[in-house]
Amino acid sequence: MAVRTLINLIFLALLLLPGCKTAQWNNPYRAQDQQLDVIYTSFQERPKELDPVKSYNAAEYEFIAQIYEPPLQYHFLKRPYELIPLAAQQLPTRTYYDQQGEILADDVDPALVAYTEYVVTIQDDIRYQPHQALAKDQHDKYVYHDLSMDDLESVHVLSDLPVQGTRQLTAHDYVYQIKRLAHPNLHSPLAGLLANYIVGFADYREQVLTAMEQTPGQWLDLTDIAMEGVLALDELRYSIRVQGVYPQFIYWLSMPFFAPIPWEADKFYSQAGMKERNLSFDWYPIGTGPYMLTENNPNLRMVLEKNPNFHGERYPSEGEAEDLAAGLLQDAGQAMPFVDKVVFSLEKESIPYWNKFMQGYYDTSGISSDSFDQSVELNSQGQFALTDEMRSKGISLSSAVATSLYYLGFNMRDPVVGGLDERAQLLRRAISIAVDYDEFISIFRNGRGVPAQGPIPPGIFGYEAGEAGHNPYIYEWRNNQLQRRSLEHAKALMTQAGYAQGIDQETGKPLILYFDTVSRGADTKALLNWMVKQFAKIDIQLVIRGTDGNRFFDKLNQGTFQIYQLGWNADYPDPENFFFLLYGPNSILVSKGQNYSNYENPEFDRLFDQMKNIENSPLRLEIIKKMNDIVRADAPWVFAFNPKSYSLSHSWYKNVKPNLMANNTMKYKRVDAQQRAQARQQWNSPIVWPLYALLLLLLLLIVPAVRGFYQRERATGL
Amino acid sequence: MISYIIRRVLYAIPILIGINVITFLLFFVVNSPDDMAMSQLGQKYTTEQQIEDWKRERGYHLPLFHNPSVTGMAQLQETIFYQKSVRLFVFDFGSSDSGRDISYDISQRMWPSLAIAIPNLLVGLLVTISFALLIAFFRATYIDYWSVIICVALMSISTLFYIIGGQFVVGKLMRIVPISGYDIGLEAIKFLLLPVIIGIISGIGASTRWYRTIFLEEMNKDYVRTARSKGVSETRVMFAHVLRNAMIPILTGVVVVLPLLFMGSLLTENFFGIPGLGSYTIDAINRQDFAIVRSMVYLGSVLYIIGLLLTDISYTLVDPRIRLS
Repeated sequence: MAVRTLINLIFLALLLLPGCKTAQWNNPYRAQDQQLDVIYTSFQERPKELDPVKSYNAAEYEFIAQIYEPPLQYHFLKRPYELIPLAAQQLPTRTYYDQQGEILADDVDPALVAYTEYVVTIQDDIRYQPHQALAKDQHDKYVYHDLSMDDLESVHVLSDLPVQGTRQLTAHDYVYQIKRLAHPNLHSPLAGLLANYIVGFADYREQVLTAMEQTPGQWLDLTDIAMEGVLALDELRYSIRVQGVYPQFIYWLSMPFFAPIPWEADKFYSQAGMKERNLSFDWYPIGTGPYMLTENNPNLRMVLEKNPNFHGERYPSEGEAEDLAAGLLQDAGQAMPFVDKVVFSLEKESIPYWNKFMQGYYDTSGISSDSFDQSVELNSQGQFALTDEMRSKGISLSSAVATSLYYLGFNMRDPVVGGLDERAQLLRRAISIAVDYDEFISIFRNGRGVPAQGPIPPGIFGYEAGEAGHNPYIYEWRNNQLQRRSLEHAKALMTQAGYAQGIDQETGKPLILYFDTVSRGADTKALLNWMVKQFAKIDIQLVIRGTDGNRFFDKLNQGTFQIYQLGWNADYPDPENFFFLLYGPNSILVSKGQNYSNYENPEFDRLFDQMKNIENSPLRLEIIKKMNDIVRADAPWVFAFNPKSYSLSHSWYKNVKPNLMANNTMKYKRVDAQQRAQARQQWNSPIVWPLYALLLLLLLLIVPAVRGFYQRERATGL
Repeated sequence: MISYIIRRVLYAIPILIGINVITFLLFFVVNSPDDMAMSQLGQKYTTEQQIEDWKRERGYHLPLFHNPSVTGMAQLQETIFYQKSVRLFVFDFGSSDSGRDISYDISQRMWPSLAIAIPNLLVGLLVTISFALLIAFFRATYIDYWSVIICVALMSISTLFYIIGGQFVVGKLMRIVPISGYDIGLEAIKFLLLPVIIGIISGIGASTRWYRTIFLEEMNKDYVRTARSKGVSETRVMFAHVLRNAMIPILTGVVVVLPLLFMGSLLTENFFGIPGLGSYTIDAINRQDFAIVRSMVYLGSVLYIIGLLLTDISYTLVDPRIRLS
């Protein structure tokens, strides 16, 4: 009887299914958010660190760049990338000083400059987001600055402390954060670099260590310890003094490293018992930006919501010529941010992400190799265009060449491939021609990249497109386009170098080179085979030495390698940030720097010293050209490619323009929630007939089985 | 039995020490403390001073096993092994190398793992035992023949195929459940349906064949023949006799995995975006976070030992002939 009732119930439920056809059973979000102005996006793994003193990768900046406000930011629309004020009233003023402290003229010879002082003036109407660290009682005393372990007994999340407060942002908060960058226990990744530039930064570490020894286990108020080169001039102005001339310093002021931190928050989070409860800057940021982190569950979902205390900012009114036609200036002058909430869901794999994007549950998506053919195709002009399926859904495509470079590096201290003598130069040039990165881009990256012509990627001052910017040692400029030099030319270079047909003419032995890589296993077999074939084209035997990341960097550190492959993403849009990878004094064997190839050319180094200290100008461009010529001739790297990223956006997602330098772009985005809800409704009606078919199939299988069962039950023993 | 349990617990201590030593050795053969520091601090502008500061703050500046710079017991105590591993014996996992509370993480992430593993185990058992009984009942018929073929086919397919295929058919084409994701409370049900169904289907082949073999072995025994000769119905033979006696080997397989249900499933959790302990462990290995790796290996070992002990105890419950001594 019970079985029959159950079967009847199942049938009833199945009969009712078509009635629910309009519901979205596959909606991964809560129903109450359906009509809200929410951006839906994802994160692949939990952010390693959200404290702006430590955070240093794009996955973390996706969150904290919306929360914290450093003094400067990049213009959302203008190209080349342009710095504009964010929390600052205007760009910092810059003054040069000589050794005696006398002010020097702006156009003075950089060699005479002892210090450069930047003065930043911040806006006077900025307040922090509501936060427990700033909560005060009626006696103006901080509510949560003196918590005992008993007080924290029932506290597991920050909201267990109910009172919140705020206060005005001051210049002291910026100074406090710069001091945190130098704190030896906070391990800022930028500390080593800044110690070379900010006056007193290196000494500050020792001062803090001494103070910690004197008061062990106690919170150290960094306002009590002065840093020589960083001063709050008044409530709204602070100055930073850097050694000599370092024009690139201003770019760092747009990064969250230089965002303000109130001393109150440092004291609040330093209390005993806080860290054990994950009550820290890492879990609960405190900023002044357009958004604040209201849900931090890195195992599931992170949510940013509008900061009620945000000082306000207007959408830009200027951009590039094509921005107006692209509708990117429709919101000009409007108050930002436009959306109330940004929901980041944990999505570890690209296939589910892509499918959910196609169902309308994510607003935007990159294009992975898995989904490339489904999303784009080559049109009659040989350019990538959306497929019909994408167009029918109203999806738009945008692309940008990243300010990044991949390169195949040679160890310049290696007796075979290294050195500046002609023999080694010719060998490296021959290899540069043979390793066909045009083919690599086509095979392994679905055309998503451009062959690099030098160290500087597109979008950075000093990059030149077309004939003027091509690498004449590797390419020829024919019929208005790049053409890789022939293999015959590469072989001729090999012969000139004394390696005719891959045989070392001095020793009579075949030329065998070694390629160290972290690529191992079946996934990368095709790629490594391809690499071996490239070298074989000019009769070089390439031996792959696959290793793990740790051993790989050990080899680089010790200089025990011949050929390696690496990439570099721009920290800021300045050629110095790429040329310094080839600067002799920055060699990894000399100073543990980032010049892994140990390239050292005195003329290049001299030009680098000259170039890094001057503003963008025709003179600087001239120097950059000379530097490019030198590295192209010396070929310490095979300039591989600059990656090109494609992204897709649904029609309800507005103000999409790739900006590879800015991270705080959520505030510019707008969504049409109604249009999105309609599209989701249209695209996600459940299909239930396969369930009926499955049920029928089960019945067809069960009925004979039941019959057989009863027949057996009733059968006689023999 | 109590003395047996106490003895087994004491046996576990050298095993756990051995596991700790092996985990420690394996990890530090591949990763030096410098590597760990570089991994946490990043490669771009890290200085040697920062690496030294990082190691000192977390105790990785000490020698691995023996510290000749001190005297007495301190030679063993002032080492990374002692400092990092001894606390594990009282389940004090401490903080991860990135500074986060590991116990808190485990307490948060074990629930999603359990939310998949428990229904997967229970419903899977019900389904596979039912199928196996049915096949055994129709032994040597076309049903048996085709069922075994289907079982072999099912167990030959990779779990990854089930996951991607399931997401494609049920989530993308039929749009019946979300393709991936997770939520808390009752909202979690719609996210769990597909991974649980996939988990059950992917496990049917191997389990059904195994249980079928067990049932067939029991069905050929004398007591079954005796029961039939006394006129007991086939249904009663199957459920009251065969199933009951086949429970011993089934329990062996099931009870031992019970504690390990906490540890989660890597593939399922990754593809469905479920924040369980399986993905937690793999993330830690990728980030070279030794604190988490050693905690999870230790926890897994303890749970496995508990599983074995529970299996032994369960024998006495299902088979009165067995006595633990």
